[in-house]
Amino acid sequence: MALLELKNVCINFGGLKAVDKFNLTLQKGELVGLIGPNGAGKTTVFNMITGVYPPTEGEIRFAEKRTNSLKPYKISAVGISRTFQNIRLFGELPVIDNVLVAFHQHTHAGLLASVWRSKKFWQEEQSLVKKATGLLAIFGLDTLKNEISKNLPYGQQRRLEIARALATEPKLLLLDEPAAGMNPQETAKLMLLIKDIQKKFDLTILLIEHDMQVVMGICERILVLDYGVTIAEGPPEKIKKDPKVIEAYLGEEIH
Amino acid sequence: MNQLKKILLIILFLGLFLVLDLLISPRMNPYYLQILIYCGINIILAVSLNLINGFTGQFSIGHAGFMAIGGYTSAAFTFYLGPKILETLFLPLWFSKPLVFVAGLLLGGTLAAFAGLLVGIPSLRLRGDYLAIVTLGFGEIIRVFILNIDAIGGARGFSDVPKYTSLFWVLGFTVLTIVVVRNLVYSTHGRAFLSVREDEVAAEAMGINTTWYKVTAFVIGAFFAGIAGGLLGHYLQYLHTNSFTFIKSFEVVMMVVLGGMGSITGSILAAVILTLLPEVLRPVKDYRMVFYSILLVILMITRPQGIFGVREFNWDWLKKIFSRKKAQAEGA
Amino acid sequence: MQELIQQLINGITWGSIYALIALGYTMVYGVLKLINFAHSDVYMVGAFAGYYSAHWLGIAENPSVPKAILVMLISMIVCSCLGVIIERLAYKPLRKSSRLTALITAIGVSLLLENGGQLVFGADPKFFPQLIEGQEIWSKSGIVISNLQLIALIASLTLMGILQLFVYKTRTGKAMRAVSYNIQVASLMGISTDKIITITFAIGSALAGAAGVLVGLNNPKIDPIMGLLPGLKAFVAAVLGGIGNIPGAMLGGLIIGVAEVMTVGYLSSTFRDAIAFGILIAILIFRPAGILGKSTTEKV
Repeated sequence: MALLELKNVCINFGGLKAVDKFNLTLQKGELVGLIGPNGAGKTTVFNMITGVYPPTEGEIRFAEKRTNSLKPYKISAVGISRTFQNIRLFGELPVIDNVLVAFHQHTHAGLLASVWRSKKFWQEEQSLVKKATGLLAIFGLDTLKNEISKNLPYGQQRRLEIARALATEPKLLLLDEPAAGMNPQETAKLMLLIKDIQKKFDLTILLIEHDMQVVMGICERILVLDYGVTIAEGPPEKIKKDPKVIEAYLGEEIH
Repeated sequence: MNQLKKILLIILFLGLFLVLDLLISPRMNPYYLQILIYCGINIILAVSLNLINGFTGQFSIGHAGFMAIGGYTSAAFTFYLGPKILETLFLPLWFSKPLVFVAGLLLGGTLAAFAGLLVGIPSLRLRGDYLAIVTLGFGEIIRVFILNIDAIGGARGFSDVPKYTSLFWVLGFTVLTIVVVRNLVYSTHGRAFLSVREDEVAAEAMGINTTWYKVTAFVIGAFFAGIAGGLLGHYLQYLHTNSFTFIKSFEVVMMVVLGGMGSITGSILAAVILTLLPEVLRPVKDYRMVFYSILLVILMITRPQGIFGVREFNWDWLKKIFSRKKAQAEGA
Repeated sequence: MQELIQQLINGITWGSIYALIALGYTMVYGVLKLINFAHSDVYMVGAFAGYYSAHWLGIAENPSVPKAILVMLISMIVCSCLGVIIERLAYKPLRKSSRLTALITAIGVSLLLENGGQLVFGADPKFFPQLIEGQEIWSKSGIVISNLQLIALIASLTLMGILQLFVYKTRTGKAMRAVSYNIQVASLMGISTDKIITITFAIGSALAGAAGVLVGLNNPKIDPIMGLLPGLKAFVAAVLGGIGNIPGAMLGGLIIGVAEVMTVGYLSSTFRDAIAFGILIAILIFRPAGILGKSTTEKV
């Protein structure tokens, strides 16, 4: 059974076809890479899946349910979470609060209970903090939990974004250039981490990445987008040799 | 703390306020008492606006409009319906009068909250300055409409409002507002408000219904502004739309920004400072408002993030500052 | 029918003045993203500068057109100096702080000018001298147009035309557009953004000064808080037309001027101050960027 299915999905921005007849099927437990030159429409695909821009045509189904017209927060509730290419943390908030916000949809305390500070409220709050600290520990951020998140170094901010995305308890995780701006050591660690959390949280992952080392290293299957159209699809070895892909990257060598 | 203890604590505080009211009000210079009451009302306004502006990041400058709705509604209730209710209720007056007053205030707050809902809806499509100017416009429209309703005084103003507001009520509602906003902000809902301020797109992607939180912030903020209006009307026994122009809204925004966006203690302090400042400046007479505005500009230039920034005042923080100063002094 | 046309004419006169003030808001907003609340008081100062210079030049005694133009120029110069001073002293130190801080500062400056104005000019209204003798130049089938109305309209249109030419045909104008498009990038391209901001304030304030004199001609009672509501409505006009957009400010000003005069004529004068905001809310809900503004979607 396919977890996520995009059928002939198109989107126009003021007459410009940003993505044209895009098809994608993700099986549960897959780790798939989405690559392509700048402006190919990769992030737009993410934005359509997560409801930021509803597609102009086509259908998106997640776990057999149509999610086309759902608002982003509803899509998060059905089990899709994401990170952002240009880090979008809640910058002025402490690290732990970034994760706590993402827990919000699974909380039960109402407005009145919060104002009254009932016993249940406190219990829930304590368990949330514990859960958040545990999650941060996986990313090596638990010791920094009270830091203001915008003050973290770049690599840690990227990891915090992944931690925050996981806090929504997703089935499908969309990672938008998680290794951008990281040095080779950090990148290598990140690859292990992604593999690790995929197993731990039983995730399906779709990954946009420019760093070919990452994509070729961990993805089981790769899709190549160019000018909004899928030009190739297959396992890493096949993609490496695909002439269309090589042409799209304008002779950039693919390692 | 269990339920019983909490209720006892509330009763204790109410008793304390009552004693304070009975002890202080008759002895205090009426002028000082008035300033004290204004301080309370302004704290309610600033803290409630901070929920909208500071914590949720929705730029509203229409608080005076909500205040007007609350003030006029509650005054109309106690003025027109109040006497009838007092007649029909066979209860001692010391009991039934406060009952009528609270009912009036809550009604005023509710109607203001409803207006908050209406004003909150454009916030779903507009942001920043555009939203600000729309809230300002709503405030002015509310004022002009009240000006055209003759039953509540119209251009003459609404006089003979019963004098129900006393120090007790002001203290009570001030503390209530602070506690409600504080407890909300330090809860999962509070984090949701903050996430809307920080990054709407990310908040939505993390499962926050940003629409609901924006409107809720407006509704709660407007409710308390309405209460503040009711307290003011029943203190002055007179309401005029001139007290609720956008200038009043500006004043409240100034308190929020001066105190620090998203700092409750900052709002409280700034509300007190900006209430006292014109009074302290009274000796300079004609130059009073000139000084006031110059001070405001200087404060903003020298401390643009507000007095407390986004932080809350706390004792540890104060201790830290002092110990640092001490260390410096010793070092020198 | 005649009445309607008459109202329309009165509305257009008022609207053209709103439009002049609105330009200052729109230009400053364009470069600094700041609602310069003090702008409405610059307009007030413009009216007073006109008042004093007219008395000083002895124009009140024997009015003439060249002298009226001189008064307007003086008032424009005074206002542009004031605008530049405000920018330097109050806004420049806040270039890097939050926009809200700058906004509160603008409100502070506005309060300062109003209260300072009451101190310097006196709180009582003053009567603006007749710079040009009022005449009816058209009076047929119940429709009256005075020369003063015509002058207000022509003067505003001329000034707006000059501004439009300046912004689109000169190097400085091009730099101004660049700054308003993206201030960081503009400064990287070697544009002296501080200089451009100063020029923007100077021009915007000069237009407000002209508006002050034109209002004085048509509606001679002037006082230190005269700027408050017209200023706010002029800002509404700027938002209505699409902020940062010069023709938009003109369009917004005219719409609001006409709508107000119509409201007073056909509804009730008490609703006058609400109609501008009513239109604004209605339009912004359906077209959040204003009538001529371009809507920008946030890139995710």
